[in-house]
Amino acid sequence: MSSVTAYTVPTVTPDPASGEELEPKVLVQNLNFYYGDNRALKDINVSLFNGKVTAFIGPSGCGKSTLLRVLNRMYDLYPNQRAAGQVTLDGEDILSAAQDLNLLRAKVGMVFQKPTPFPMTIYENIAFGIRLYEKLPKSELDGRVQHALQRAALWDEVKDKLGQNGLSLSGGQQQRLCIARTVAVQPEVILLDEPCSALDPISTAKIEELIDELADDYTLVIVTHNMQQAARVSDFTAFMYLGELVEFGETSNIFTTPSDRRTQDYITGRFG
Amino acid sequence: MTDHTAKAFDSDLQELARMVAEMGGLAEKQIADAVSALARRDSALAQRVTQADVNIDTLQREIEEKAVLTIARRQPMAVDLRDIVGALRLASDLERIGDLAKNIAKRVIALNGEFPPPKLIRGVEHMADMVLGQMKAVLDAYARRDDSKAMAVWRGDEEIDAVCTSVFRELLTYMLEDPRNITFCIHLMFCAKNVERMGDHATNIAETVHYIIEGRPIADQRPKGDTLAALRGGAQQNRN
Repeated sequence: MSSVTAYTVPTVTPDPASGEELEPKVLVQNLNFYYGDNRALKDINVSLFNGKVTAFIGPSGCGKSTLLRVLNRMYDLYPNQRAAGQVTLDGEDILSAAQDLNLLRAKVGMVFQKPTPFPMTIYENIAFGIRLYEKLPKSELDGRVQHALQRAALWDEVKDKLGQNGLSLSGGQQQRLCIARTVAVQPEVILLDEPCSALDPISTAKIEELIDELADDYTLVIVTHNMQQAARVSDFTAFMYLGELVEFGETSNIFTTPSDRRTQDYITGRFG
Repeated sequence: MTDHTAKAFDSDLQELARMVAEMGGLAEKQIADAVSALARRDSALAQRVTQADVNIDTLQREIEEKAVLTIARRQPMAVDLRDIVGALRLASDLERIGDLAKNIAKRVIALNGEFPPPKLIRGVEHMADMVLGQMKAVLDAYARRDDSKAMAVWRGDEEIDAVCTSVFRELLTYMLEDPRNITFCIHLMFCAKNVERMGDHATNIAETVHYIIEGRPIADQRPKGDTLAALRGGAQQNRN
């Protein structure tokens, strides 16, 4: 792969206050992505730091969801879509043909815009995913289901009705159920594709609270159209436009003093 | 700068800037009137200055309300947020300048009947002219978002401080000459100090304008004149 030689790794100053070392969990280098002949991502370089929340923002069609879909190779499900470049997870190239996709998707979980619970009981929604990867005795499985629901801040609301259909829950609860399902298989990275766009403000606040908590144990990536949400929940922000990564940096800087004019125009609502 | 997609946001910001400019104009007039009341010993004009201060206070309150409402309504980011925070800061500096002008006017009324030599008042007048120049320049820098002009104001305060020091020294000599001069000299000293503080507020405004434009505070240390030097000099003189 000749393109690998030409990348530049984005430089970010680690938080000087805490002086903490940032360790890239996922490293994207010189990534290009094609839908057929259409080049949807252009030479993307970005680091997703361990235990941090990174937000991808940008207008519709800028490539942020595409980038997200590369990170767990969701695009593999479709013909005519291909990625070129290098994406490593803990140093391991996830774009290589040798990559076990089931293993990758267990490590890199994803939550979608619309809540997508399975048409089965609340308990089974969680247990189903765990059984795909592990064989556990019933008592241990119960524990894992409970733990996942607790991590997703849903346990107290559903503990007395685990046998009910997942679809009977409210939209916000369904979304937290999907997060619980993702957490249950013990991933390392969680991708959230506009997780709150279909939710009311209270449910949104609960999900945001949850993102805060999950960041202690996981590396999170969130795609959102809600700039205030990106400013609230993320540590790092990447602004994308027309398939390019325009600016990447600490969220506190991006939303107060962005360095690129296009970033400023976008976040202040001056675009187009 | 490009317009916002939501046009009403632009009018909100323009309206805020207009209110700040209006407040700036009122503050300038208060300074000029207060000092001219002092120079002409015009108690009636001084009276009007004390009464007009409420207009500045009212505008400040309106700017605060408008700013808070705009933040709540638009959730501004980056330069827009700095614009609004800047308007709030400017309004509070201008309000303080108004108070200082009012204080000078009150002293003119208190001086009633006393006639300090015009030469002494001229020093304060000179300071006020310099401050008015600074005010005009900084309000202009705000209206045009002109950082270099704001920085020039920020650096220019040193001169006012130096004149203030020499006015203090002069007043001190005068008080030492004859204790009967002390009352009006003290009033004049406070007037000079008030004008000097107005200059400080003008530099605050320059700092805010810089922050609005650049998004970070000014890195350098501001050059400062030392008004206390006059008093130290006076004390030495006293001992001699």
